[in-house]
Amino acid sequence: MCGSTAGGLSLDGVDVAKEAVVQGQVVRDGQPVSNAYVRLLDRTGEFTAEVPTSATGHFRFFAADGDWTLRTLAPQTATVDRSVHASVGSVAEVTIQL
Amino acid sequence: MSRDTALVSAQWVEDHLDDPKVVLVEVDEDTAAYDKGHIRGAIKLDWTTDLQDQVRRDFVNRQQFEALLSSRGVANDDTVVLYGGNNNWFAAYAYWYFNLYGHTDVKLLDGGRKKWELDSRELTDELPSREATSYTATEQDTSIRAFRDEVVAAIGAQNLVDVRSPDEYAGRLLAPAHLPQEQAQRAGHIPTASNVPWSKAANDDGTFKSDDELKQLYTDAGVDWDKDTIAYCRIGERSSHTWFVLKELLGQQNVKNYDGSWTEYGSLVGVPVALGDEPGSADA
Repeated sequence: MCGSTAGGLSLDGVDVAKEAVVQGQVVRDGQPVSNAYVRLLDRTGEFTAEVPTSATGHFRFFAADGDWTLRTLAPQTATVDRSVHASVGSVAEVTIQL
Repeated sequence: MSRDTALVSAQWVEDHLDDPKVVLVEVDEDTAAYDKGHIRGAIKLDWTTDLQDQVRRDFVNRQQFEALLSSRGVANDDTVVLYGGNNNWFAAYAYWYFNLYGHTDVKLLDGGRKKWELDSRELTDELPSREATSYTATEQDTSIRAFRDEVVAAIGAQNLVDVRSPDEYAGRLLAPAHLPQEQAQRAGHIPTASNVPWSKAANDDGTFKSDDELKQLYTDAGVDWDKDTIAYCRIGERSSHTWFVLKELLGQQNVKNYDGSWTEYGSLVGVPVALGDEPGSADA
């Protein structure tokens, strides 16, 4: 099995060769944010999926080749948008600072 | 039905936390979300184990639904308020499901779990205890549930609304992007279906858009308000959200949810499939 990227989510059980993975962590002042929501928007800005962050602030999407935007919402925090490029067979790791 | 009867605000829920005739029910795609914290007094329904038959692909039957609600302490005259994550998508599915079995005093918490959390309202891990009831369900109301033959017959004749993301509609993705993509069925959409992603009906915080905005959204996508409508997605939950908007918020008659959705249609032998961003024609 593939090992996990340092600091990232474990990729055990994921067939990385067939997926365009976008994953990462939401942090504030160096601490993980476990009560945030991360939305994946497509190249036109249309909503594609949303996940709550895990206890360790992590999130993961299975996208397709192309450009995407990660939009992060958290209590009492302004929305943060980050662009990311995904491609099948690779894992895009993104750290989102609030 | 209208917005006033089908939706309640987070503040309304907070004001009714101690009302014994109001039952809060959390239904999440992430079935572990409840265990990490939930609204005080809320019970949990697990959409995979509680609401689906564990052998055949279908819902639990009437007797099983009665047994489920009886054991969880839901009475026929209770007001059921559903909420969940991801703009209430599985909560909307449960809302449709409760209607299917005749429980009509049911409401959605506008914005669901996300709105509640973004408001920094309290969550607890304390489990509620409710006394068992003897709940009685009705036979399924199939006027709100579409089956595959009706869907094929609706091509080019009725409104078909594909509520998946544009990439799933066009055939570039086979599942929502937080799920692995490997699937057996073909990619694409039902010919003549318009694409109105379910999420367009909600604001970023998960609350529903205004009736005027919603009406405009479906009108612009080509929905003919004089025709019957069938909504579908991948497995029938996101389309429950759209069913809720069309039937319960906008008061449209004859709206059905096709719960077989793309995982069934995309596996059928010999049915037409359209690829790309355009609806395609009935004789495809």
